[in-house]
Amino acid sequence: MPGPAPDERMRPEGRRNSQGIRVDPEAEVTHEPRQAVLSALVKHRPGVLAEVSGLFSRRQFNIESLTVGPTDDEDTARMTILIEEPEPGIEQAKKQLRKLVPVVEVTELEPAAVRRELALIKVDGEKPDDVNAVAEMYGGQAVDASTDSVTVEITGSKQKIDAAVDAFQQFDVREVVRTGAAALERGPTTLDNDD
Amino acid sequence: MSERASVPRAEEQPDEEHADEAEPVSTGAQSVVRALENAGTEFVFGVQGGAIMPVYDALYDSDITHVTMAHEQGASHAADAYGIVTGDPGVCFATSGPGATNLVTGIADASMDSDPVIALTGQVPTDFVGNDAFQETDTVGITQPITKESYFASHSDTVGDDVSEAFALADSGRQGPTLVDLPKDVTQGETEVEPKAPETPDTYEVQEEADDAAVQEAAEALADADRPVILSGGGVIKAEASSALREFAKEYEIPVITTMPGIGSFPEDHELSLEWAGMHGTGYANMAITNTDCMLAIGTRFDDRLTGGVDSFAPDADIVHVDIDPAEISKNVYADYPLIGDARKVLRQLFDAMPRAPAADEWREQCQDWKEEYPMEYDTPDDEPLKPQYVVERFSEVTPDDTIVCTGVGQHQMWASQFWEYTEPRTWVSSHGLGTMGYGVPAAIGAKLAAPDQEVVCFDGDGSFLMTVQGLSVAVRENLDITYVILNNEAVGMVRQWQDGFYEGRRMASEYPWIPQFDKLAEAFGARGFRLEDYGEVEETIQAARDYDGPSVIDAHIDPGENVFPMVPSGGDNGLFALEEDHLEML
Repeated sequence: MPGPAPDERMRPEGRRNSQGIRVDPEAEVTHEPRQAVLSALVKHRPGVLAEVSGLFSRRQFNIESLTVGPTDDEDTARMTILIEEPEPGIEQAKKQLRKLVPVVEVTELEPAAVRRELALIKVDGEKPDDVNAVAEMYGGQAVDASTDSVTVEITGSKQKIDAAVDAFQQFDVREVVRTGAAALERGPTTLDNDD
Repeated sequence: MSERASVPRAEEQPDEEHADEAEPVSTGAQSVVRALENAGTEFVFGVQGGAIMPVYDALYDSDITHVTMAHEQGASHAADAYGIVTGDPGVCFATSGPGATNLVTGIADASMDSDPVIALTGQVPTDFVGNDAFQETDTVGITQPITKESYFASHSDTVGDDVSEAFALADSGRQGPTLVDLPKDVTQGETEVEPKAPETPDTYEVQEEADDAAVQEAAEALADADRPVILSGGGVIKAEASSALREFAKEYEIPVITTMPGIGSFPEDHELSLEWAGMHGTGYANMAITNTDCMLAIGTRFDDRLTGGVDSFAPDADIVHVDIDPAEISKNVYADYPLIGDARKVLRQLFDAMPRAPAADEWREQCQDWKEEYPMEYDTPDDEPLKPQYVVERFSEVTPDDTIVCTGVGQHQMWASQFWEYTEPRTWVSSHGLGTMGYGVPAAIGAKLAAPDQEVVCFDGDGSFLMTVQGLSVAVRENLDITYVILNNEAVGMVRQWQDGFYEGRRMASEYPWIPQFDKLAEAFGARGFRLEDYGEVEETIQAARDYDGPSVIDAHIDPGENVFPMVPSGGDNGLFALEEDHLEML
């Protein structure tokens, strides 16, 4: 003898959103994605990049860029990871990163952190002086030239490099390579293993 | 059940005198075996092969018992079950290539259920790695997403340390699988370096106790609740926190719901127990989950089979979430009071911090009323084909409380969890997160070896049993007293149930009209076989199978029309469970 049918049962008033957060039953609440810069110290050993990037891909974190390189400590590498996620996703990304065994330390950098990206832009070489003039406007310089090409180096924020690439379009851009952001906190703050 | 002894730590290592007695290691392989011995390994489940051969050769001189499995998948499942029953890591071996890939299902299963397993795989010699050599696969690459850490052993001098660390890591904090890939030249290579004591890597930190102020706040919230519940997950069992949980719930009179992996953490025959919640959990547990205003959730990751759609999960509740893994906090369901720490220790902290018991007389009565309103029932007229629930219930009644129940995955798994009465932790051995059909046969082998003095029953489905049936040969060879009960409905029953409910009855590839006669198959393997079709034979068949000293298989031909209820449709609202087919149409 089954009890009351589904629509006749005791029901609460409340409601959660799709992220499991309790919300006003009347309101429509979603968390907007924002960009976060995560900085991670990792053990400098084979396979660590695959481990980190694999984590981001299998958990479907929306990754903008990932840079990695050695630090002043030969056993440690530093990764700068830009992600764009709603708040709970950013928190989750940090915690999941911390769980990886080769990861020593993870922090989210302040929005004001120093962020730099490097781009090499190869353009048509017919007007080298004009190319140089544009490069100077963006604080860059020509680093290679041949009879029919000039390669320019630009360093700066993502926005600045976007703008520079746009500006170089007038010279027929042949190839562009960008590093993705490397970032450090402003001031004396460091991401240190020993604290 | 006694609280288990922990893995020996550095300070509990064999003393100097004892260490002196052992022959010094002379190869990497011996160092691997020494590391396992140091960690207290009793059994290894595995299959021989070319690249792992040096390790097997070293095992020849060890007191560790090797159980040769019929397939590597069985080795990882047996190790997993061993880990569930004992609480200590189960160990499995496989060779490179196909051996390693065959382990993968069991490793993924252990990962989803946080079971402590260490897998050691052979690998082609270092010089061949990356050349697509014979029986080479990128085992570390394949297993990285499904282990806490996968190690590639690079040197004979350090391979023992890798194994020690993998062992300690599998057993620390939130338990889980680890793997060490062992190139043949590394295990064959000469070394005199003894492995270090099992110790976790220095980057791995576990917070054992929760912040006192946070505990106090959580305790106040729980004490203020009108409709409190405890949701006890598998982590309670893993943390040996079952007795602390019982003490806490009884002292403060809070109804207890378990998750499916949490079965056994609280006795189902206690009046505070509402049994387990989720897709096929009891109606009363799901009603309580839906209507609670404060939930103390311990050691659960809020799997979607438990929560249904998170938008309708415990929508009125403040959630106190206790977990040793910070990444589980607010992953699926937002935690109002996160308490990071070991379940046993945090329960002790909470116990002391509770200002008073919640005033919840009315709520407890409501929960009891729900038991009356939504009882776990089924029809058993004698003229109908045998009902699976009846077989499970009768079996549960005649066996001791510490009987270990293993299962495959499917409808039979749900009946075994619904109609068996569990009262002790580590007596429920099942594949939850991964839902691995074929888990049952090898899991029962691992469970029986882990607890030779306890009775072991494995409920399996015809489809699930066929996936790892070769494991019977192992049970026979090792003369393991296991009773396999196949709830045979000649179908992948759960798939068929969904096709009938959600695909207009289009039974594509779910019916198995070509099922073998399992009683005869059992006899062919050298086990005892029984065929069971009628109500009148149930008790005597169960008794005969239990009396047989060795593996027996009961092929129970059950009503193929029987489906699993209650049911919360996938992503649905726990409070809107269907008690029968008709209800599904209302949802």
